[in-house]
Amino acid sequence: MKTTILDLPEEELVEPGNRACAGCALGIAYRVGLKALGRNTLLVVPPSCLTVLQGLFPIAATKLPSLNVTFASTAAAATGLLAALKATGRTDVNVAAWAGDGGTSDIGLQALSAACERGDNFLFICYDNEGYMNTGVQRSGTTPQWAITANTPLKGKMQPNKNVPAIMAAHGIDYVAATSAAYPLDLYDKIKKALTYGGVKYIHIHIPCPPGWGFEPRYAVKVGKLAVETGLYELYEIEKSQLRHTGASLKLMEKRSLLPVEDYLRTQSRFKAISDAEMKKIQDHVTRKWEGYFKSFDEVEGGE
Amino acid sequence: MQIIETGNTAAALGVKLARAQVIAAYPITPQTPLTEKLSEFIESGEMKAEYIPVESEHSALAICIAAASAGARSFTATSSNGLLYMHEQIQWAAGARLPLVMCVANRGVGAPWNIWNDHQDSISQRDTGWIQIYANDHQQIIDSVLKAFCLAEEVMIPVMVCYDGYILSHTHMPFDVPDSETADAFLPPYQPPYALDPADPANLNTVTMPECRPDVRGDIAPGYMEIRHLLQHDLIEAIPALMRVEERFRAVFGRGGNPYIEPYRCDDADYIAVSLGSLSYQLHGVVDALRAEGVRAGVLSVHLYRPFPDKIIVEALDGCSGVIVFEKALSYGYQGPLCSDIKSALYRHAQGRPFVTNYILGLGGREITTQDLYEALKASCSPDGGAGEETRWIGLKLHTRGMQT
Amino acid sequence: MPVKDYRKKISLSESGPGDAGKTGSWRVVRPVIDPDVCIPGRRNAPACYICWLYCPDGVISRSVPPRIDYQYCKGCGICAEECPTKAITLVEESSFIKE
Repeated sequence: MKTTILDLPEEELVEPGNRACAGCALGIAYRVGLKALGRNTLLVVPPSCLTVLQGLFPIAATKLPSLNVTFASTAAAATGLLAALKATGRTDVNVAAWAGDGGTSDIGLQALSAACERGDNFLFICYDNEGYMNTGVQRSGTTPQWAITANTPLKGKMQPNKNVPAIMAAHGIDYVAATSAAYPLDLYDKIKKALTYGGVKYIHIHIPCPPGWGFEPRYAVKVGKLAVETGLYELYEIEKSQLRHTGASLKLMEKRSLLPVEDYLRTQSRFKAISDAEMKKIQDHVTRKWEGYFKSFDEVEGGE
Repeated sequence: MQIIETGNTAAALGVKLARAQVIAAYPITPQTPLTEKLSEFIESGEMKAEYIPVESEHSALAICIAAASAGARSFTATSSNGLLYMHEQIQWAAGARLPLVMCVANRGVGAPWNIWNDHQDSISQRDTGWIQIYANDHQQIIDSVLKAFCLAEEVMIPVMVCYDGYILSHTHMPFDVPDSETADAFLPPYQPPYALDPADPANLNTVTMPECRPDVRGDIAPGYMEIRHLLQHDLIEAIPALMRVEERFRAVFGRGGNPYIEPYRCDDADYIAVSLGSLSYQLHGVVDALRAEGVRAGVLSVHLYRPFPDKIIVEALDGCSGVIVFEKALSYGYQGPLCSDIKSALYRHAQGRPFVTNYILGLGGREITTQDLYEALKASCSPDGGAGEETRWIGLKLHTRGMQT
Repeated sequence: MPVKDYRKKISLSESGPGDAGKTGSWRVVRPVIDPDVCIPGRRNAPACYICWLYCPDGVISRSVPPRIDYQYCKGCGICAEECPTKAITLVEESSFIKE
């Protein structure tokens, strides 16, 4: 049963008047995400846009108990909270880490990998705005190829980005999901489902960033939707090693009509250095990838 | 109960008696047997704790920081490069005012790689705001661990208990292990003054501004500088607090007395050797030999290094004409840190002006022979003992491979 | 250490609005909802609430019709962009400044 807007809890667990940029899609994901987590949760937050959104001492924009930690130690801190909760008999309390792409897949990857191997029971959420946005738009491991950032200012990033959900799935954890701030109901349901599993649960959220990606704030949701509708970003879950597309990505599977990648890439000034030839390469890659998905989908569906 | 065991085992027994609830540690020589012993206690059911096998020392201390923030009594142990890897977290734990206890089995730091004893690892952390206690033997190790938890939880400042790698960590000595009833009488369960909980939510250790800002009620809250000042202020207050802990310890266990220093034949000494750790006891023998020759020498072992008990040390040195500081560490670019601290204390508090000399020795586990110590101390125990180079080295072999300075 | 003293010595923040002040002052354009075009507005019943869902700052209430807290609305314009009936117009903030 998919959650509708009217099903969502009305209570806001984030205070208004916080320091996030106008149009920050993390604001959407975080607001809805906290509704899914509920008050009986301890949060862990490393240096990131969320640190700033959550506020500066002595005022907190989050109503949930939250621990700020050093950049590399998010997953370790989550493990530490769990250990204390167990030692003090509070095993019903959830632990959820919210880290940016840098705090997850660059500096934070080692601790996260170890927590997966140990089977520590917390939810790790990576909100991926594809760069170190809090410190001024520097490139990270998830910055897409060709993106202009503060340290790839003229030619754009040379290397393709890491596939972090795949890295997480390779650890053999029970639940990995890819979501987007543009589809908050899908995010809500995936958080709820993740919490039914043990061990580390991983949710990746695509977060369009108006100042970092170069578009007007009002288009934050539109840009997020175009990423999915062009097939460049996918909504899915990997539940006990089974990959299954969801929501708008599942619709693409059924309708077979992907928008051209250009529709997404040309909305953002960070991709202004992409040549037509490179654009064609990107399109070919996405088309081939989805042809593979269509084939598997048909095989599964056809075999019914 | 009297047993004969290693220093690492003494530390592990201290942690078991202290009923630490969360233990996270990464293996590094010469600490490893300590964590292995704790794993044994937990797996056998002798000790009830969460033991987390971590992938790095940075994470080990991160886990302890989080666990303490949520109200659990937490412990870790390390040495050398492991301690250095945690440095960011060491600073964090002090600023976060968490009552952690960490054992450091002292070992030299890289580069180049070295696994043997010196004090550079813990000494290099002296500025972080942790309380630092140096143990000279196995009894002091187990006792200091118990006292450390007690002190840490009273002043809400983390405590480092240091002991010499290999020399103490791996050797066998007899020592008394208290029974758990007595230990429980000394150290009750941890009562956190604040613990993260959904019933009392707060956002801990977020960005804290240079200036004061109003809180949610409109009252002006402190800024970063006030929070840091309070850490410093409370570290100084920890000096008398340690004596209160010591007095309680003595009342419960029947041993103890001076938690700050351990003087040996200092009362009438003309020359006093100062050191940290097991070297102090080696110096006892040297001092006895010199006394037999008519030289009035003494040894002052320092147990509490941070916060620095300057007045107490100066009082113990009162009346001598020469202070000879033996150190297994260096503040590179200047001199031994303990030497600098003692000079600073003498300058501020002393009536007289004894000379102060500094010997650097034992780096990377270079053997310290009693003969070398005797010759160095004898040469310094003279009216002109302070002449010449202030900082000298013992046991250096520069004649090898044509190395000359 | 007594709880009160400890809380004074650490960076412990309590929740409250306006960490960044009255962020309504950031606005260059103000979203204005037309209750006759807005779905819950014209139905006079809870419905749609896509604007409530997508507001990054949670300043739109899930009421009939939805109301915007202009003290804190940053004027990002996402609500206007996503409204399925185009019931929300972005009006120059300067037009609201009284002479």
